[in-house]
Amino acid sequence: MLGVVVGAAMAEEGERKAALETVQADGTDGNCVTFVLHDEDHTLGNSLRYMVMKNPDVEFCGYCITHPSESKINFRIQTRGGLPAVEPFRKGLNDLMGVCQHVLNTFEQHSREDKPKPVSPVTGRQAELSHCLPWLRPAGCLVCTQK
Amino acid sequence: MAAKRGTDEMRDRVVLGEFGVHNVHTTDFPGNYPGYEDAWDRRRFEEAFRVDIIREEEGALEFDMVGIDAAIANAFRRILLAEVPTMAVEKVFVYNNTSIVQDEILAHRLGLIPIRADPRLFEYRNQGDEEGTEIDTLQFQLKIKCSRNPQAAKESSDPNELYFNHKVYSKHMTWVPLGNQTDLFPDADFRPVHDDILIALLRPGQEIDVLMHCVKGIGKDHAKFSPVATASYRLLPDITLLQPIEDEAAEMLQKCFSPGVIEIQNIKGKKVARVANARLDTFSREVFRHEGLKNLVRLARVRNHYICLCSQSWQPRCSDICLSLQRARVSSETATIPLLSASVKYFPAHCM
Repeated sequence: MLGVVVGAAMAEEGERKAALETVQADGTDGNCVTFVLHDEDHTLGNSLRYMVMKNPDVEFCGYCITHPSESKINFRIQTRGGLPAVEPFRKGLNDLMGVCQHVLNTFEQHSREDKPKPVSPVTGRQAELSHCLPWLRPAGCLVCTQK
Repeated sequence: MAAKRGTDEMRDRVVLGEFGVHNVHTTDFPGNYPGYEDAWDRRRFEEAFRVDIIREEEGALEFDMVGIDAAIANAFRRILLAEVPTMAVEKVFVYNNTSIVQDEILAHRLGLIPIRADPRLFEYRNQGDEEGTEIDTLQFQLKIKCSRNPQAAKESSDPNELYFNHKVYSKHMTWVPLGNQTDLFPDADFRPVHDDILIALLRPGQEIDVLMHCVKGIGKDHAKFSPVATASYRLLPDITLLQPIEDEAAEMLQKCFSPGVIEIQNIKGKKVARVANARLDTFSREVFRHEGLKNLVRLARVRNHYICLCSQSWQPRCSDICLSLQRARVSSETATIPLLSASVKYFPAHCM
């Protein structure tokens, strides 16, 4: 049978169950690790998977919910180039924190500003915006070329 | 040039075909597209990201998030539904219930009534604590008795004339301060969000006398704690006319979309169709039912532009969103802390 090395990091000492465990097959050197996160679901799993996949050092990243009755996810990371898998995991979590913080700041900033003028239902200020911003302008769009 | 446009479309747009949807999944990960910088760059994200609050009313908040991915937008939606705390009735002490509504049904209905109370003023109740203290419990009383109206006309059959208090509404719930809550919350106005929720119907001689304890909870535990009626998002629609469409075809095109989406302009005597406001469209795909039109229009959605809608609940919705974003941060922090403070212990391998 595959020998498995299991590590656990406790959220608190003593009675609280571990929030995070790692499972790693014998013979590998930390490149490919499965993190078992307790009390988590798609909310953290999918968003963290996206952030870790954005890391160019990561060869494989995926998560699964082992059984719908248990709130536990298996989160697997495989890196290329000998980097220990814990590094992209840590970076992904920090990046996710950064994203949430930035979205929170932007939101708070907007809610403090004056209320925006209502959008006209026919001409629609929003529509013009989305057509004119360069990264959103669709190819061959007649609206923009017909100025 | 055409290849780059095609790649851009694959990256930025979800295309709605006649029988299927294309480019559904996010593919802009490093290594997938040569020549594109896809690795996570915080500065690039912060420059491109923006939030526009479109509509903020008592019962609804509509806002746009541009420049974010589905995984994270969905995480916010899930947190709004299930992990933002509110106060709701948990325990109902029934002193007298001679109405036709059974005790447990009445208690269930009372639990679902949204309560106007800021959950940040209260603590979670400890496990196994039956009594409840003033820092974690809000107490309401519902005491109402139905009686006959002696002044009613003899032939009348309208219950509104014949009886007093025959309809029990949520406005009959009154706050009963516990302990030092009158001092803690001198200006507080704790009551149900809506006054006109019908709880039960009574007839003369029937009475309801209950005491309710509200506690703080989250939607994951029970849906009554969910602060939003629903939180949803949709991607911004993007309609492109691939060729100029004129005259009758233009009119038919205008009918294929929701009102306000297609505008007909008069250019040199000819009627020409133009996309005025794609945002209003609900994408019924009616245009695909017309042979002459279906190849002239491209229906797509902008992959990173989310039109989010949160409805119901009394709390200023912005604070809900902020709470949910903080929760998302906290959850990734809680996962990071064990890792960072790690002494990750490796136990000797043992076979399964």
